[in-house]
Amino acid sequence: MLAKRIVPCLDIKDGQTVKGTNFVNLRQAGDPVELGQAYSLQGADELVYLDITASHEGRKTFTDLVRRIAATINIPFTVGGGINELSDVDRLLNAGADKVSINSAALRRPELIDEIASHFGSQVCVVAIDAKETEAGWHCYLNGGRIPTERGLFDWAREANNRGAGEILFTSMNHDGVKTGFANEALARLADEVSIPVIASGGAGTMEHFRDAFIQGKADAALAASVFHFGEIGIPELKSYLCTQGINVRK
Amino acid sequence: MNVAIVKYNAGNICSVVNAMKRLGVEPLVTDDPEKLMAADRVIFPGQGEASCTMAYLRERGLDEVIRSLKQPVLGICIGMQLMCSHSEEGDTECLGIFDANVKRFQPLCHEDKVPQMGWNTIVDTRSQLFKGFHQPEFVYFVHSYYVPLNEHTAACTEYTRPYSSALHKDNFYATQFHPEKSGKVGERILQNFLDLTP
Repeated sequence: MLAKRIVPCLDIKDGQTVKGTNFVNLRQAGDPVELGQAYSLQGADELVYLDITASHEGRKTFTDLVRRIAATINIPFTVGGGINELSDVDRLLNAGADKVSINSAALRRPELIDEIASHFGSQVCVVAIDAKETEAGWHCYLNGGRIPTERGLFDWAREANNRGAGEILFTSMNHDGVKTGFANEALARLADEVSIPVIASGGAGTMEHFRDAFIQGKADAALAASVFHFGEIGIPELKSYLCTQGINVRK
Repeated sequence: MNVAIVKYNAGNICSVVNAMKRLGVEPLVTDDPEKLMAADRVIFPGQGEASCTMAYLRERGLDEVIRSLKQPVLGICIGMQLMCSHSEEGDTECLGIFDANVKRFQPLCHEDKVPQMGWNTIVDTRSQLFKGFHQPEFVYFVHSYYVPLNEHTAACTEYTRPYSSALHKDNFYATQFHPEKSGKVGERILQNFLDLTP
C-alpha cells in the first residue's frame, strides 16, 4: 500500500536555511544540505526547499545548492520559489531536483503548467496554492500570501489538475503558523475534487494534527517546517504514532 | 569497477550518477556501443515516454546493443518497461528482453491516483538484487504504467493490483522503482547490483 508522506520544508535565503533551528547534532545549523540529510536519516519521505531569495545572484547560489543537495541526499526533493518560466524549471531539474513547485507564476499564467507537463512530465510539476478562507469562501493569494485574488481555491486546483499538474501543495493561510491543525475540511474537499495527490501545509503543531490531515483531510502527504526545525516533533516518533493510529507510513 | 550508464533522451540520469558516486563509483555516461559492451556493469535508467525513448534508441542502434549485453544490466523505471516486449504507452514495441507487456494502471476508486507517486513496499523478493532483505521494504515509485506478474517477476508490489516491481532474467535485472531515490534500502539494492557475481 502506498504510504502517507511526511515532508519537512526548508526556507532558503542566500544559500542558508532561514528559520532558526535547535535541531540536534548539526555542525552548521544553517546548512541546508546537512539539515536535509539529517531529516532524511530520521525518515523524512521527501524534502521541499523553498528559495525566498529575491536577487539574481541568490538564484545562482540556490542552483548551486540544488546541485549539492542532489549529490548528497538519496530521497526525492522538490524545489520552489522564483520559478517563472520553463528555463527556470530546466535549470533546476538539470541541477538534480526531482520536482519543482510553482505558485504565483502559474496563477498569473496557467499555461506554464501545460508547458512543464509536456516538456518534463506531470510528475515533476507541483502546483503550490496559498489560500485564505473568508466569508466569501476560499480564495488564492499571490506573492507568498501578500496579494489577494478573485480566484477560488477549488476552481484553481481543478484547473491545475486538468492542465497537467502532478500534485497540489495547499497552504491554508488561516492555519499557517498558528499550530492548531491543518485545514482539514478544505483538504478533504480538495481530495474529492482533484485526481492528483494533495499535500497538506500550514497548521502542524502536534502529532494528532498530522493524523487528522491524513484521515479527516484525506491528504496524501503533510508538510511542516517549524515543528521539525525546533525539534518539537521528531519524525521517528511521529511515524510510530501514525502507525498506532492505523496510518500507513514508511518506517 | 567500470560502470556505464546508457545515455539517451530520458530524464533523471544525473540522479543515478549521483547515487553511484555516493557508493564510490565514478560512472561513465555514454551511448558509445563499444564502451557499453566493455563495461563491468550497465545501468539503463530514466524517466520518460515509451515511444519517444524507444525511437531514440532504435535510431542509434542502442536497442541491439542493450539486447546483446552479457554483463549484469540494471534497468530502472522506464528502463525496465523498455526491456519488456510491448508497452501500452504509445503502443510501443520494446526490446523484448522480458517476455511481458506493459499496461496502464486502471484506478479502482477515486483514491487510486495515476501516476503512483511515493513510497510503497516490495515483497516476495527473489533475486540477488535483494540479498539481505528479510521483510517488506519501502522504495520510491513514480509511474503510470506497470508490468504484470510473470515468470521473470523478482519483486511484487500492490497498487490497484499486485504487479512486478522488479524483474530478473539471466544477466538482466530491472526495477520499476527508483533505487537511486529510495534512501538506504535503495543504496543496498544498487550495492547488491555492483556486488553481483556474473
